[in-house]
Amino acid sequence: MSNQEKHWEKSRGLLMITLAIWFIFSIGIFLFGAEMNKVTGPFGYPWTYWFTCQGSLGAFVILIFWFANRQEKIDEEFGFSEREDE
Amino acid sequence: MKQGNFIDNLPKIYGIYTGGFIGFIIIMAIAEQMGMTAKAIGIAFVAFTVFIYALIGYLSRTAQADAYYVAGRQVPTVFNGMATAADWMSGASFVAMAGGIYFKGYGYMALLVGWTGGYVLVASLLAPYLRKFGCYTVPDFIGTRYGGNLARFSAVVVLTVASFTYVTAQINATGTIASVALDIPFQYAVYIGLISILLCSMLGGMRGVTWTQVAQYIVLIIAYLLPVFWISNKMGAGFFPHFMLADEVARIGELESQFGFVKNSAADLATVPKGLAGITKAHSAVNATPWAFISLALAMMMGTASLPHVMMRYFTTPSVKAARKSVGWSLFFIFLLYSSAPMLATLSKLSLIDPTLSTGIIGKSIAEVQAIDWYQNWNQANLMFISDFNGNGTVELNEFFMGGKAVVLATPEIAGLPYVISGLVAAGGMAAAMSTADGLILAIANAISHDVYYKIIDPKAETAKRLVVARVLLVVIGFAGATIAAMEIQGILGSVIWAFDFAMSGLFFPLVLGVWWKRANRQGAIAGMLGGLAAGTWYLVWVRTGGSGFLGITQLTFGIFGSAVSLVAMVVVSLMTQEPDKATQKMVDEVRVPSGKTILGKQ
Repeated sequence: MSNQEKHWEKSRGLLMITLAIWFIFSIGIFLFGAEMNKVTGPFGYPWTYWFTCQGSLGAFVILIFWFANRQEKIDEEFGFSEREDE
Repeated sequence: MKQGNFIDNLPKIYGIYTGGFIGFIIIMAIAEQMGMTAKAIGIAFVAFTVFIYALIGYLSRTAQADAYYVAGRQVPTVFNGMATAADWMSGASFVAMAGGIYFKGYGYMALLVGWTGGYVLVASLLAPYLRKFGCYTVPDFIGTRYGGNLARFSAVVVLTVASFTYVTAQINATGTIASVALDIPFQYAVYIGLISILLCSMLGGMRGVTWTQVAQYIVLIIAYLLPVFWISNKMGAGFFPHFMLADEVARIGELESQFGFVKNSAADLATVPKGLAGITKAHSAVNATPWAFISLALAMMMGTASLPHVMMRYFTTPSVKAARKSVGWSLFFIFLLYSSAPMLATLSKLSLIDPTLSTGIIGKSIAEVQAIDWYQNWNQANLMFISDFNGNGTVELNEFFMGGKAVVLATPEIAGLPYVISGLVAAGGMAAAMSTADGLILAIANAISHDVYYKIIDPKAETAKRLVVARVLLVVIGFAGATIAAMEIQGILGSVIWAFDFAMSGLFFPLVLGVWWKRANRQGAIAGMLGGLAAGTWYLVWVRTGGSGFLGITQLTFGIFGSAVSLVAMVVVSLMTQEPDKATQKMVDEVRVPSGKTILGKQ
């Protein structure tokens, strides 16, 4: 397998993990919204309510920065990162 | 303006700008104490901020295609994040979102999740790859990846349908705010809004829009957060509302069960002015089925990743790496406002319905409420209404009605904040609507001038001529949008949601598969774009004309049906026709790695 194929395979793996985490916070939680809302969540808000107005939103922000860093590492590993002067 | 120096000095320039704006707020506050009228303050806020944007637009004038279309590809990560956030957060986010949450609670908050979660798709599936492509517009990517004028033209069609639906809503919002702040009829205010919008983008194209959007973000975020924190502190609800409103949320639940949700008769509701609503849904309880919530969130997420005016912001970053990081910053800046909207809705609702608070009106006598100053003002503006349906002389929960916009616009006044805050909020709403309208009009005008005029009609056109065409289109599209906005056909929020559905119906899969599926070819992409758009439009028309719909897909989520048809059409047609040639496959390979020249830069 060429260098480029390996790079793409790893990038695709990262995409799958990213989308899985995205799925949990954007869809997974809300499949059980009614049940989970009975539980007291962070800062004393009902659990599902908190995720809809803060938790999931914050998780997405962190997820994107995490993804960007991981992808940069992958690019560096295979020598595909951009030179600074480009 | 020397570009190199300018980029290095950005933090300083915008630092001074922010300081200046805060100084202006303080001056206005002092002027209010000295007796400046509320109306004069409103005019001063809107006029001053619009003047600054126009000045930035003028300073950013350019005659170069690269600067006009992609701001010279040198916008730093964090600033591009701010510009995207302003581009993204429209009049709907600023003015209507807290109101929607106020009335519909949990079910409505699917929009919060959808309008943020979509950025994960943007960052991981699309933005870095399209940046590597080096295109000027989204149809530019489609046209080059799939080849042929028909594919390019189909993408322009989808882009125009989606963006135009969106932009009429934004011009409508600028008109609404300008008409309230300047006290002129809506039909004229719409054109004043339009001229302000064009002042930012006409001379500098993407460069002008970028630097005005950063300035607009700063105004809109101050205008949104300051009142939320102030009201929270004034009510004693907590110093930092986001972490401290659990008791208030619980208290609202308590009051709701105490009052009960009484259903009004149709005859009673007919007396309520159009567009106003009462509280009929629980504030924090889960009041929507999982599918109703998830389908709306999903439609908004896929729509986010297909809207060209957002995508093209990531064409302006210096590198692929910067494009990825920039998506993160965009969402961070959006998060600041979106996480505050539910808090504002909570504070606003509690201050109105809690009888133990001095601002509460439920349980007071009708005559007493009708005598309150702010009630009279907002009642006159057709945004508030009470009526004694049961004839007991006091205001009940089901007898109080408000417009969605009033939650953001009126809450500072209800909570007893000085008028300077209301002026600030008007300026913020204006900034939000203007920045989005600018991005959208530019996206349409650029697609038509670059993809239709330059790439299809006259490939030999000189830069100067291309930019003249682009600017003429900008004005024409702006006026067309304003004319439709002046007719007031649909509400702000409904048409915004439709725009997302149109975009995802036609563009989501052709864009994503263009990067992630080498086998996708021209015929498939054309089938995907046109089939998806046609299916989505058909579904919308069908449901609007009394069709029952299926699978719980409503007129707000028709993009789910449209994009499913698009996916199937694209895969089936691609597999039935020849696979793309070697050159195209090699191009896709190159898009997938960040290093090296951009695809279009090589040609």
